[in-house]
Amino acid sequence: MTQEKIRTEPPAARSAAADKGSGSGPRRRRGKVGQEKTNWPTMIILFLCALTVLLPLYVTISMSMKTSAQSVDGNALSLPAPIDLSGFAEAWELTNFPVTFTITTLVTIATVVGTVLLASLASYAIVRNWDRRLFRWSFFYLLAAMFVPFTVIALPQIQLTGLVGLANPVGVTILHIMFQLSFSILLFTAFLRSIPLELEESARIDGATTWQTFWQLIFPLLAPMSATVAIFAFLASWNDFMLPSLIIADASQQTIPVVQSIFQTQFSSNYNVSFASYLMAMAPAIIVYVFTQRWVMEGVTQGAVKG
Amino acid sequence: MTTPMGPATAATGTLLGKAGGQNDHLAGSHTRRGKPKIDRIYYLFLLPSLILFTLAITVPALVGIFYSFTNFIGFGDWQLVGITNYIAVFSDPLILSSYLFTFGFAVVTVFVVNAIAFLLAVALTSRIRMKAALRAVFVIPMVISAIVIAYVFKYLFANSLPALGAATGIGWMQESILANENLAWVAIVIVTAWQSIPGALLIYIAGLLSIPGEVYEAADIDGASAWTRLRSITLPLVAGYVIINIILGFKGYLNAYDVIVGLTQGGPGTATRSIAMTIFTGFTGGDYAYQMANATLFFIITVLISIIQLRITRGKAALS
Repeated sequence: MTQEKIRTEPPAARSAAADKGSGSGPRRRRGKVGQEKTNWPTMIILFLCALTVLLPLYVTISMSMKTSAQSVDGNALSLPAPIDLSGFAEAWELTNFPVTFTITTLVTIATVVGTVLLASLASYAIVRNWDRRLFRWSFFYLLAAMFVPFTVIALPQIQLTGLVGLANPVGVTILHIMFQLSFSILLFTAFLRSIPLELEESARIDGATTWQTFWQLIFPLLAPMSATVAIFAFLASWNDFMLPSLIIADASQQTIPVVQSIFQTQFSSNYNVSFASYLMAMAPAIIVYVFTQRWVMEGVTQGAVKG
Repeated sequence: MTTPMGPATAATGTLLGKAGGQNDHLAGSHTRRGKPKIDRIYYLFLLPSLILFTLAITVPALVGIFYSFTNFIGFGDWQLVGITNYIAVFSDPLILSSYLFTFGFAVVTVFVVNAIAFLLAVALTSRIRMKAALRAVFVIPMVISAIVIAYVFKYLFANSLPALGAATGIGWMQESILANENLAWVAIVIVTAWQSIPGALLIYIAGLLSIPGEVYEAADIDGASAWTRLRSITLPLVAGYVIINIILGFKGYLNAYDVIVGLTQGGPGTATRSIAMTIFTGFTGGDYAYQMANATLFFIITVLISIIQLRITRGKAALS
């Protein structure tokens, strides 16, 4: 509530609100220094750098719309002439796109929901019971996974998921959540510590239980951080190659990033087909990013600016 | 805490072992309220994470370490063989070369990524127009699958550059650098950097925005040059963010896998085979116990590096 107000108020009101606060309020560096001259040399350099970001994306799009004959000439920068969209149809069939897309989407959604719920609940319990040894140690225990990369425990995880019948997308989902947990708990606990305890105490005086306090007061307050955690979980899960490629035993249940490998062996000269498939793999993440990029950046920067 | 606290700075605090200090007020308020009994539901909040985490991370880790002392090949019978596997790992040229390659790659990539990300962050928080649009563009690589973008770059390195070399007559460009065992790693650094600069960039932008404007106003009054401001004000104030980026980045690059699989599959020969790729051969190659010994050693090395990095940074933090 309060930070929403601060964000939407005009600059003057915002700095006034900041001054009223703890003395280290949400004050941006160059927000209200007045109109300054644009630094054009810097802008030109930034535009050139932005080109290196956009070039591979342009290549992907233009290659996907070429004919097979045009796609083998190695000229990545040329525009498709004529435009030929048959690569998409072929890629759709070769990757069994409807099935692959559904599996990847389900794994990703379950990972996002699971990560936000488990991490926010655990973080709340940890922060509110920091004076208790079990919770304090649990925090460091859960955080320890940041030092245990998948590489190190991959072999036993492959072995054990196979033993318990989880060598499938469900097993991948569980592991995705577990590998996101440390980082998400770190973000949530940091955010929870910045929420004043008084807010909660007044709810408690009104007779709210811990369960009610969490769902009605704390969880909504966590929304900006949940958005950040959710987006990072989404990206990690949707784009992951290593884990599903090693864990999922049945090739027909593979996720989108993994099935792209079929273009590295057969059909290796039909570049228009492979690039159409790459584009179909990238597009969902880019679309989600376009709609959530405010949250990606605000989540990170607002968190840092928040007092 | 006089500086604003955010996720990244809080993360620094935790990594530097200050987590307890931030919570003193909470511990105090509990006793002040006189509520020694804990609400049982807090256990319910915490337990799912603890149980799943233990089953998915801790148990496999312990199982794996146990098997590293056996001759298990991935299935069938096995016997305890003591530290035989560990001794063999140390004299395996394939494993040693994968360590050499991976550490060299990680050092170069950390340097390249942080230098570019920091400069971009400074530029993106300076007096420019279209700030939001430019920032949005620079973050795009972060949302694209590493393996997919590696395949795109593979085409550029293997087909487009040689075609360009042939058209312009530039000799060295006519052969794919992915097929050159002395240059293939450069391609891997380029693609990895392209992919991981945005993450570091966002953390640096957060760090730069956390610096209060007054600091710069004071510097302006004193007539400090842009370079002096960068070196004497900006860099020391974002030191915590630099540390976070270096630690997270280095850890990530030591586990390099996706980009290498996409670009070179570890080739030519074994020139770009990373530690992760070597360990995973234990699954297909019947080397389970042996590669688990390798993985255990790799884990010990990464933990030691993290401890050393934290020691160094703690010293730095004490100085500033």
